[in-house]
Amino acid sequence: MIALQLTTEGRLKHFLTVEGLSRNLLTEILDTAESFVGGPGQPIKKVPLLRGKTIVNLFFENSTRTRTTFELAAKRLSADVLNMSIATSSTAKGESLLDTIRNLEAMFVDMFVVRHNISGSAHFIAQHTAPHISVINAGDGQHAHPTQAMLDMFTIRQIKPDFAKLRVAIIGDILHSRVARSQIQALNTLGAAEVRVIAPKTLLPTHVESLGVSVCHSLTEGLKDIDVIIMLRLQKERMASALLPSEAEYFKCFGLTESKLKIAKTDAIVMHPGPINRGVEIESSVADGPQSVILRQVSNGIAVRMAILSMAMQPQGGG
Amino acid sequence: MSLDKLEINNLLDTLEASLRQTVAQRGLANPLMVGIRTGGVWVAEELHRRLGIAAPVGLLDISFYRDDFSQIGMYPNVKPSQLPPNIEGRDIILVDDVFYTGRTARAALNEIFDYGRPRQVVLAVLIERLGKQIPISPDCVGRNIALSPEQRVKLSYPPLAIQIESQGRP
Repeated sequence: MIALQLTTEGRLKHFLTVEGLSRNLLTEILDTAESFVGGPGQPIKKVPLLRGKTIVNLFFENSTRTRTTFELAAKRLSADVLNMSIATSSTAKGESLLDTIRNLEAMFVDMFVVRHNISGSAHFIAQHTAPHISVINAGDGQHAHPTQAMLDMFTIRQIKPDFAKLRVAIIGDILHSRVARSQIQALNTLGAAEVRVIAPKTLLPTHVESLGVSVCHSLTEGLKDIDVIIMLRLQKERMASALLPSEAEYFKCFGLTESKLKIAKTDAIVMHPGPINRGVEIESSVADGPQSVILRQVSNGIAVRMAILSMAMQPQGGG
Repeated sequence: MSLDKLEINNLLDTLEASLRQTVAQRGLANPLMVGIRTGGVWVAEELHRRLGIAAPVGLLDISFYRDDFSQIGMYPNVKPSQLPPNIEGRDIILVDDVFYTGRTARAALNEIFDYGRPRQVVLAVLIERLGKQIPISPDCVGRNIALSPEQRVKLSYPPLAIQIESQGRP
């Protein structure tokens, strides 16, 4: 899995998961993203780096933020972009995934950006696609969402540059969250002082400690000494079984309110990968408050995805 | 080859004189001096001081405009370019340390024109070495030298100094 992502020279070929990637490579992604950001508040300039390349956004699952920022990132790099929402296309007519891929390959595409509701889909495509094509995972099932994790790391580093000093709390539906998994891996690789997950037992995977996190079941206790608060969306659509008494009950125990926010460090930042459920996991006044960097995360998504697209599109086989 | 012999100050004097002449001849008004990272910025800062130009030196990182991405890939440590937001109608003095194949100047011109349409651009380089590959030439040159392909000119700063290195040396 790790070997699949890198060339023999250790360069990024596919970006499927943060797991197993070195601190150097993650830092290189963040540094490259930095170079695309013009300055504070400045729009990102269009550069001719990927002119003539074709990138296909292959989305088997709904997404607004991720797809649009991937599209903007590709366009800022001067690549041509095709957006395919597969629910409305050939697979609905019975075409297999690999046949869809083969057909797109025949159109001389250079990269697939894949979002799928089944874990491992991006790996599967990376294993079976033509060797010159790169695959970027834009979220697969409950497994990974590595570009989201990297834009979160980028946002954290912009505000709090030294990961070694940071205590980070990830709060909410860890069980169903591919974002949380990728964030935990990235934070540990970058050397965060502590990654703390705060959630009811029913929303934590078994043996969650093995991911390298400390565990807390109370928000009021867990927020102490925290520098970075990452709220997760309560994934109602994945909540098949009765894991929670009610949304109101959940908000009472695990919703981030202004008064609970005061328990964390005074300069703590509040993050959320979106979309947010106001009044379910986060109070509106916190989401829109001065400590929130939620919209900054969205802006940073463009530069970070530009970095990942261009790094994966580098010539292979040395040079 | 020790480039002490090239005496950096002599090169700068020659380049400054040539630039003054060009500025007068072509009627450059309120010029904006732009250095190409990294060596070009150092030379630009020196010329900027000597010519007493008011507007601060603009910085250009042409890494994203290179024509060798498909052969070489990303350049590490690319820094954002810093040009004034509006260069429409401006007179620009583009400065680099070494002019060799001409590809860097091509990339720099492309990037500049993405910011706007300057009235004119003058290209000033400290050293021009033989080997150009595209029909672009500098307007002002500190010194022309012929080097073999395995040699490369290396600038350091501060203070501004030039060395000629042979590649393959550890």
